[in-house]
Amino acid sequence: MSTKTLAVAAVALAALAVTGTAHARDQIRIVGSSTVYPFSTAVAETFGKGGKFKTPVVESTGTGGGMRLFCSGVGENFPDITNASRRMTASEFEACTKNGVTGITEVVIGFDGIVFVNAKSGPKFALTREQMYKATAKDVVIGGKLTANPYKSWSDVDPSLPKEPILVYGPAPNHGTRDAYVELVLDPACEAQPEIKALDKDAKKKACNTVREDGAWVEVSENYTVIQQKITANPAAVGVITFSYLDQNADKIQGATVDGKVASFESIANGTYPVSRPLFFYVKKQHVAMIPGIKEYLAEFTSDKAWGKEGYLADKGLIAAPDAARKEQAANAKALGDMKM
Amino acid sequence: MTEMAQTTAAATRTAETVAARLGRRYAAERRFRALGLASILMSVAFLAILLGTIVQKGWTGFMQTQIALEVSFDPQVIDPDGGRDPLTLDTADYADLVRNAMAARLAPDADRNARRDLSSMVSTMAADQLRRMVTGNPALIGTKATVWLLASDKLDMVSKGQAPRQPGAVGNVLNDRQLAWLGALEEAGQTRKTFNTTFFTAGDSRAPEQAGIWGAVVGSFFSLAITLLVSFPLGVATAVYLEEFAPTNRWTDLIEVNINNLAAVPSVVFGLLGLAVFLNVFHLPRSSPVAGGLVLALICLPTIIIAGRAALKAVPPSIRQAAAGLGASPLQIVSHHVLPLAMPGMLTGTILGMARALGETAPLLMIGMVAFIVDIPKSPLDPSAVLPVQIYLWAGSSERAFVEKTSAAIMVLLLFLVSMNMVAIILRKKFERRW
Repeated sequence: MSTKTLAVAAVALAALAVTGTAHARDQIRIVGSSTVYPFSTAVAETFGKGGKFKTPVVESTGTGGGMRLFCSGVGENFPDITNASRRMTASEFEACTKNGVTGITEVVIGFDGIVFVNAKSGPKFALTREQMYKATAKDVVIGGKLTANPYKSWSDVDPSLPKEPILVYGPAPNHGTRDAYVELVLDPACEAQPEIKALDKDAKKKACNTVREDGAWVEVSENYTVIQQKITANPAAVGVITFSYLDQNADKIQGATVDGKVASFESIANGTYPVSRPLFFYVKKQHVAMIPGIKEYLAEFTSDKAWGKEGYLADKGLIAAPDAARKEQAANAKALGDMKM
Repeated sequence: MTEMAQTTAAATRTAETVAARLGRRYAAERRFRALGLASILMSVAFLAILLGTIVQKGWTGFMQTQIALEVSFDPQVIDPDGGRDPLTLDTADYADLVRNAMAARLAPDADRNARRDLSSMVSTMAADQLRRMVTGNPALIGTKATVWLLASDKLDMVSKGQAPRQPGAVGNVLNDRQLAWLGALEEAGQTRKTFNTTFFTAGDSRAPEQAGIWGAVVGSFFSLAITLLVSFPLGVATAVYLEEFAPTNRWTDLIEVNINNLAAVPSVVFGLLGLAVFLNVFHLPRSSPVAGGLVLALICLPTIIIAGRAALKAVPPSIRQAAAGLGASPLQIVSHHVLPLAMPGMLTGTILGMARALGETAPLLMIGMVAFIVDIPKSPLDPSAVLPVQIYLWAGSSERAFVEKTSAAIMVLLLFLVSMNMVAIILRKKFERRW
């Protein structure tokens, strides 16, 4: 009996292996940022409902992880599109080129704000970028000297802030949101100080790009839901998340004002809210002829009914780019323009 | 006399110490029992809390809200030139019919913004519903009919009491106008809650009211079928060889130790192995149940082998000796006598291993099965998710209506696990032989 099943299994396996290699992919594969994931999946689903193509498969791997997969080669075992919540870096672009990925089209899909939130039941925060830097950077300048961050409670940072211990839940370093936090909050506030300005480039980077490791900043590598659960359990704790997540959960959490500005669709779109960044996706041009539907997927994503001011992505929390910028990006996506570093 | 007094005194002392010691021993006994009972009660309480919160959060996920609307199948919208061409019927703007029907019932002179508000109360699936009705029966065009349409996730949440419904409340998911419309519909009996069949027939979706677990169930089925197909024969053959044929020497000892170690290796390690071997070397399709099933088979194998060997050990040697005495060859002894007697135990081990495989997510992350996949897989080569992955993905979604869907999916997964364990127990009870 066991020999018979064994033989059957062997035959089945062999058959699978054979069909496996002969099976050409007819479905778009997308990887990348967890911030872009909700938008990318919404477009993928609508695209799939059109009925002409299969629904693309979207994996949420984080911006960095997506870039690694995307840049590892050309062929149907590699993804066609990667989502990113920051621009592709020069080293990633080089890695792509080295592995034969030579034509890449870059599309800016809109904007997202980074918000500092806490539970509705907690105190209201009115923060500035400088205060966030002082509360979360590993080393701060006190009396002209770079010292380990001594601030224990928000009121130590600034008397106007609540007398609550500093506890910030933020995304782990594999998230694009974390990169953006460093780039948009820590760096500008840090480099504005004369003592830091005097340092050379490497020392500057080291002084400005590191978050606290003494427990005041807690890294969450899973997803925003986990951050939300942590901050609702502790109303004085602050979470660093994206605006689209706040928008969907505004009944449980509230956003702090940053430099006096409330995060909203309008303030992020017109640039008055200071912590916002563009979102991207990248298309492998060599795959357009190989995998059916890529051009049509791009057309769906760049149509006004998707990414427009009143499109279905706006319902998911995407902040639309200005009309002229959208038009330009859509034309570029249609022509599959090459990106340049 | 003094001697006797001494002995009695000693005896009393002994009796006293014995009694005291006995008291202590009884107390220790009672403490031990109380501790045992307390720990059992605590585990039961934790289990009750866990199941309680899941059921309490998730049972509403099996219900969905529908709205009754009088839809007028306007020929101007569906088929303006009257040709009844199937393609025209298929691509007509059915969402417009839904908006018109909502406007006609609730706000006949609605402006553009009001029409947007109206249409966001109904699921986008409603348009598909009407499309199916019309393409199935073109005679509907030009008539009016009352149709139960699927409500949007936001209306669903308000109607189930999971979102505030006072106008002006903080964190409203529907605006005041929409709340008033909902009130009007409810008063007229035009809303109802029905069993959520979509949940059991659809694949994943970004719209919570359209999301279902069928894609994940099919994916889990394919993966487990592959796992069973690969790990059961391999596991049984290994167990039989090691137990019945292999000589006992340093090599077999080494193999045994390694198998026991493998059973304790964290599952994510098998995922990395799967990525390196099945995807990068054999080029199996990413995110497919074939790759997932093979990885899960690796995870199951040690369990099956260990359970199989235990089952073989439990077969009394007298059976082997009797068969040998009648002239059976070693192969005949094993295949005619030992294996059939050990099979119930082996099957139990296999089912328990499979139940573990059913709940795994971590190794599947590595081979790309943690992904948004809408289409229901048709073969083990199509990309698909599995049940625990679907739960993980929904748990991380920002749309609040996914909370109940997550718990509902957990209930379904637990049901599968409980029934698999039940089968294992029944098999053991029914076929187990005692010597």
